[in-house]
Formats: sequence, C-alpha cells, structure tokens
Amino acid sequence: MSENAEDKAEGKAVSIPAQADGAEPGTTTDATAGETAGATLTKDAAPGEILLKVTGLQKHFPIRKGLLQRQTGAVRAVDGIDFEVRSGETLGVVGESGCGKSTMGRLITRLLEPTAGTVEFEGKDITHLGVGGMRPLRRDVQMIFQDPYSSLNPRHTIGTIVGAPFRLQKVTPEGGIKKEVQRLLSVVGLNPEHYNRYPHEFSGGQRQRIGIARALALNPKLVVADEPVSALDVSIQAQVVNLLDDLQQELGLTYVIIAHDLSVVRHVSDRIAVMYLGKIVELADRDALYKAPMHPYTKALMSAVPIPDPKRRSAKSERILLRGDVPSPISPPSGCRFHTRCWKATEICKTTEPPLLELKPGQRVACHHPENFEDQAPQDTVLLSAAKDAGELVPDAVLAESAETSEALAAEVAEAAEAAGEAEVAEEGAEKSNSDDK
Amino acid sequence: MTAPLHDTTAEAAPTAPADPAETGATKVEGRSLKQIAWNRLKQDKVALAGGAFVLFLTLVAVFAPLIVGLLGHPPNQFNQDKLDPLTNLPQGAWGGVSSDFLFGVEPNKGRDVFSRIVYGARISLLVAFLAAVVAVALGTLFGIIAGYFGGWIDALISRTMDVLLSFPQLLFIISLVSVLPDDLLGLTGSGVRIGVLVLVIGFFGWPYVGRIVRGQTLSLREREYVEAARSLGGGRRHILFRELLPNLVAPILVYATLMIPTNILTEAALSFLGAGVRPPTASWGGMLRDALETYEHDPMFMVFPGATIFVTVLAFNLFGDGLRDALDPKGAR
Ligand SMILES: Nc1ncnc2c1ncn2[C@@H]1O[C@H](COP(=O)(O)OP(=O)(O)OP(=O)(O)O)[C@@H](O)[C@H]1O
Ligand code: SF4
Ligand SMILES: [Mg+2]
Repeated sequence: MSENAEDKAEGKAVSIPAQADGAEPGTTTDATAGETAGATLTKDAAPGEILLKVTGLQKHFPIRKGLLQRQTGAVRAVDGIDFEVRSGETLGVVGESGCGKSTMGRLITRLLEPTAGTVEFEGKDITHLGVGGMRPLRRDVQMIFQDPYSSLNPRHTIGTIVGAPFRLQKVTPEGGIKKEVQRLLSVVGLNPEHYNRYPHEFSGGQRQRIGIARALALNPKLVVADEPVSALDVSIQAQVVNLLDDLQQELGLTYVIIAHDLSVVRHVSDRIAVMYLGKIVELADRDALYKAPMHPYTKALMSAVPIPDPKRRSAKSERILLRGDVPSPISPPSGCRFHTRCWKATEICKTTEPPLLELKPGQRVACHHPENFEDQAPQDTVLLSAAKDAGELVPDAVLAESAETSEALAAEVAEAAEAAGEAEVAEEGAEKSNSDDK
Repeated sequence: MTAPLHDTTAEAAPTAPADPAETGATKVEGRSLKQIAWNRLKQDKVALAGGAFVLFLTLVAVFAPLIVGLLGHPPNQFNQDKLDPLTNLPQGAWGGVSSDFLFGVEPNKGRDVFSRIVYGARISLLVAFLAAVVAVALGTLFGIIAGYFGGWIDALISRTMDVLLSFPQLLFIISLVSVLPDDLLGLTGSGVRIGVLVLVIGFFGWPYVGRIVRGQTLSLREREYVEAARSLGGGRRHILFRELLPNLVAPILVYATLMIPTNILTEAALSFLGAGVRPPTASWGGMLRDALETYEHDPMFMVFPGATIFVTVLAFNLFGDGLRDALDPKGAR
C-alpha cells in the first residue's frame, strides 16, 4: 500500500498502540518488538526483508470416483509457483475465477496441505507443520475472508468472535480480553458498545470490519486477504480498502491481497502477481506492470480495467477480448497454459513451458514472446492457427504493438496485408479478418 | 470492483464508522436469534396451543399423585361396586363417567380410568423423552463426526445408519423384551422395562437425528468461519463443539420435539403388544389393549386412552412444527 500515506483517519488513530512512523513498518511498537534484539529468527523482520518465501508450490485436489474412491485425476489448482513477500509490502494477486488464488492463499496460511513445494515463513520451513506445530505461527499469519456472511459464526457475539484469537492462543491481553476487543472494534471503526451483538445485526461492510478486527487481534505480521471487498457494495469497497491501507501504515503489516481484477489491487499493491490456471505468469512492481505489462495475459486483464485517466478513456477500443473460456485445471494445456487463447502463440508455446524469468529488474514474466520486450524465441516465426483466431478479437492497435516484439505476428500481419493486396479471398477465417483489418 | 476505488483519497475519512445508514443501527437494542425466534413463535397461536398442552401434560405427569389424590382414586384400586355384577361392565352411561370417576371405570376390574391415564402419562412422557435424549445424543455425536470428517468414517457411520433404519425395530424389541430377565442391573419390575424401552427406542431413533446432523454439518463445515477458527489455531474439538454445534442446536431441538410424539406412539404400540411396561403399571398402550376385549360393550374405555394419545401426539407435532418455522423461517412451507 504505497499510496495514501497521509490520509489517516483522524478519529481513530488515537486508539491504535503507539506507532513508529510509516517509514519503518516492520518494527511496530507492540509487545513483540522487545524480542527483536539479537535473535537470529527475529520476531519482526526488517522492512524489505523476505517474510514469506514460496518455492515450487503445488496443490492438486484428487478427483475420486466410484465405490472404491479410486483417484481418477486431479484438479491442479496451484501448479508450481514461486514468489516471496517482503516485510511491509503489499503483494496483490490477480487472476480470473478458478485460477487458484484462494487455494494459494490457503496454502500460505497453511489451511491446506501443499502437494509439493515449500513455504517458508521468516526462514522457517512451515510446509508440513501439523495443527500443533502451526499453532504458535497462527499469531503471525492471519487471513481475512471473502464472504462477510459466512466468515462470522452467526451464533457467536461480536465479542466472542473478536476475542476468539486470544482464547484459542491462550493469551490474555493487558486489561483483559473484553477491553482489548473493544479497542480493536474502535480501531476498525465500529462502536465498541456493540460487543454483545450478533453478526446478523450488521451490514456487509461492518461485518468485514469485524473480520478485520479478528485478523488483527494477535498483531500478525502477514495478513492474507482473499478478495476482501468483492462481496461488498461498490460504495463500501473503498472504505474497507482504505481501512486496510491505514492499518498497514499504522501497524506495519504485510499484506497479500487477492482480487479477481486489477482495479482493487492497483492502488494498494507494491507488487502484483498475475495468475493463470495455477501458475504465476507475471510478477512485477506495480508501476512497471502498469507502464509496460510483458505477459499477453496481463495485457488482456489490464485492458479490461476501466481507465481512470480521462485522456486515455477514448482508448476503449483497445479492450482485448479473450477467445473461449479458461481451460480446465484438470487437464491444463501443454507448454504455456495461455497458448489456447494467446494471439502471439507459436509452436514453442505449445511444446515448451516458458519459465518465470526476471527479464527486467523487478519484473518477472513467463512468456516466449513477451510484450514490450525482445522476443525470447525469435526463431519461431509461424503463428498457431488458434493464435490467428484469437487475434480476431484483439484490437488493431494492440496487434500492431504486439507485432513489434514478435516475428511471427509481424509476418502474419504482413502476409495478411499482402493477401489483401492481391484481392484474393483467403480460405482461412483468420487471414480474412486480418486482411479486412488492414 | 470498479470506479470508486480509483479516487479513494477523495473519500470521507475512511475509517469513520461506515455510512450513516449503518451507524443508525446503534440505537436499536441488540437482539439475539433466540429472542427473534421467540417473537416469531409468539405469533403462531396454533403452535402455542400445542406447547401449552405439552406443558400441561408434563405438569400432570409430574404431579400425578397429587392430582389423583384430589380428583381420583388410587390407580390400582379395584372398585367392584362400580361394576354391573352380571356383565362386569361399568354401571351408568358413558362407561361409568361420573363426578367421582371422571373418565369412568374399567370393565372387569373397576379401576379408575382417569387415574390410570394420569399415571400413564408419566410412563409415556418419561419413555418418550428419555428415548429422544438418547437418540439426540447418539445422533448428534455420530452425525457431526460423519459430516465433519467425511471419508471412510462417514461411509462407516452412514452405512450403519442405513442398516438401522431398515431394521424391523418393533419385531426386534418384542423379541428382545421376551428374552430379557426381569431383573437387570439392579433394576426390578417396571424399572427394567422402562430402561429397556428407553435404550432400544432411543437406539433405533438416532439414525434419524444422525442423518439430519450429518447433512447440516456437511454444509456448515464449508463456512468460512470454520476456516477462520482453524486459521486462529482452533483444534478439532473447538470446531466441532464450539463452532458447529451451536449452529446445529436449532435443527436438533426441532427434531427432538418431533421425535417425542413418535416415541409416544412406539411406546404405546409396544405396550399394546405386551412388550411395554408390565401390568399393573398403567400405560396408555396397555389400556388400549385391555379395552380391546370389551370395546363392543364399553367403547368409552377405548376412547379415553385413544383420545389422550391422539391429542398428545398432535400437540407435540403442532408445537414442533411451529418451533421449526420460528427457528428457520426460510425452511419448510
Ligand atoms: N477443496 C477442493 N476440492 C477440489 N477442488 C477444489 C477445491 N478447492 C478448489 N478447487 C478447485 O481448484 C480450482 C481453483 O480454485 P480457487 O478457489 O483457488 O480459485 P480462485 O482463483 O480463488 O477463484 P475465485 O475467484 O472464484 O475465488 C478450481 O477449479 C476449484 O474448482
Ligand atoms: S506468447 Fe506464447 S508463451 Fe507467451 S503467453 Fe502467448 S502462448 Fe504463452
Ligand atoms: Mg477465491
């Protein structure tokens, strides 16, 4: 959350424990700060240090059929991802529905057991810790859930819900649980008197605040928010996002914020990971990603976000429509998983999976023919026919831009132009449309 | 997720308590779901009438000696003088109904029908209630375990429930009762029979509760609050009994209320068939069986216990239905 450093809410800041200023978010002045000195496994990682590191993470959900429950296949919800989260930053994770974002969130909070790969938190391997082993770590990693209607137990009062972290972790805050819960309620902008109310008496936005209070109760270091505002009214979304932002400034939190489009994530994230079918296809600093997205899928996602800049609003025609549906994660496409919908796909895309490489400092991308960068497989000069079809839905301006970095696409565009010149009726639909375009 | 997020800085102090409409709720006093359900139940006059009768009957059963002392005669006292010496049928119209014998007297033995019905309520309600407790306890435990853990545990419990549900329980109980000794575990006489009835009716009843609890648990365990509890370090026991169970109380309560009348009928049927409590202990089903011998000449002796069973079962069912509607206005109807 790099923006909005100044717009703290006046009314509320008082109730937050004394804070180091926003510049050093890693060292909050909470009770835990005292332990920092000298320890190798520092309780608080310094800002910028790696807090969470994920390597080759996979989660396959087995599909079982029949009486004997034999495994007949697997949903490859998360299929080998690597990234790290640095202390004090906000990592945004975006991708279409079903691409494995929630699964990823539940893996790093260890609500799910990974199929393969490792998760390290503050240098400690937590990949296969059991319920007991995870318990102390639960204080440091918290989750905010998507659905405010199902994330609060309807039979518990707000006091019980927000106080649960203390009871489950067997910690007694100074001044007692009740007092601490009331303080937390005021921190998130709720009336502390509502302590004895039940969740059904609150609106969606208020419920999400309750969920946030619960997540913050134990002073976590990492907060994973799974689509924290997507179930809320548009008018409330900004308030909740701003609350998260403010809390980060004041408590020095590290966030992983999951969203299904870029509009929520763009204002609060320092870095953004774009997921497609269980893979990270691009991971970059926010500004770099917005200025020059390198993965075609990122580009498509970005074209779908309404552009706030009025100068560019005319560019509506640049919107990229993707052909077809997301393929099934049960049998994902070979090579690059995006090749069935990509307008730049060539043979190599079908056969070889592009590795996630840091092509520019702070920008990792998994693509053979990235945008805004030199072609990684220039020898491949023949477009797949699927790519030609996909190209039909891509605006000319985008195609032209893409052609600059792709021999194959350039050749295709040129060929189409030639065909148009000879005024021949092309047999292939793709060619035809391309010639029309010219 | 669109427009408003782009100019967040322009928004009003973001952490001020939400919007005015939301803060308006501050004034309203908090109401728990229990209170809401009670308010709904109060609107349902039919259910309230059922509940009132259930309450009345419970009091009658509890204070049976007192009531009989005031309004009747000892239940096992033979009042031969009230019988026609020739036919052994009650003297007077309507099976001997009089201000002295409110529901008349038994043919042949001359016992006070009112007293026997009042004492019979004790047996019926006790057996039905305790059997429901047994069924609910077993059903809740196994249902919640099957639903939460799934896999082979669920398969095992579910198959067991299927087997029990397809078991001819009446026949089983009759044969069981006929082979059991009269004295068991320090209990004697009626005590043994009551204990056996409670355990056996309860045991054959738990799969009904178990199925409902399992189904509910299956859907509840997907709720995010379960995941939230796990993410806070909550163990299985916490999740089963602190997070899930409170949400199962309503359906369990409703099912238990609807199960009691079924148990009353089962107990009556068993007593009717001679597998219930033993004579001379009064029971409604036993009275019906006795009435069978003379119903052509003295139909009233059949009408009183029959009507009592009918009204009691109806009252429980009406109350249970009302309770269900009050606790879950979306379900049913
Ligand atoms: N417990 C599970 N068992 C089997 N399959 C699962 C399970 N959880 C998720 N999946 C599958 O894994 C894939 C990824 O799911 P996931 O919930 O992570 O997606 P998502 O990106 O969060 O989507 P959304 O935006 O809809 O929340 C989906 O195909 C989903 O059907
Ligand atoms: S160009 Fe190839 S590698 Fe790159 S996204 Fe398209 S299909 Fe994947
Ligand atoms: Mg999700």
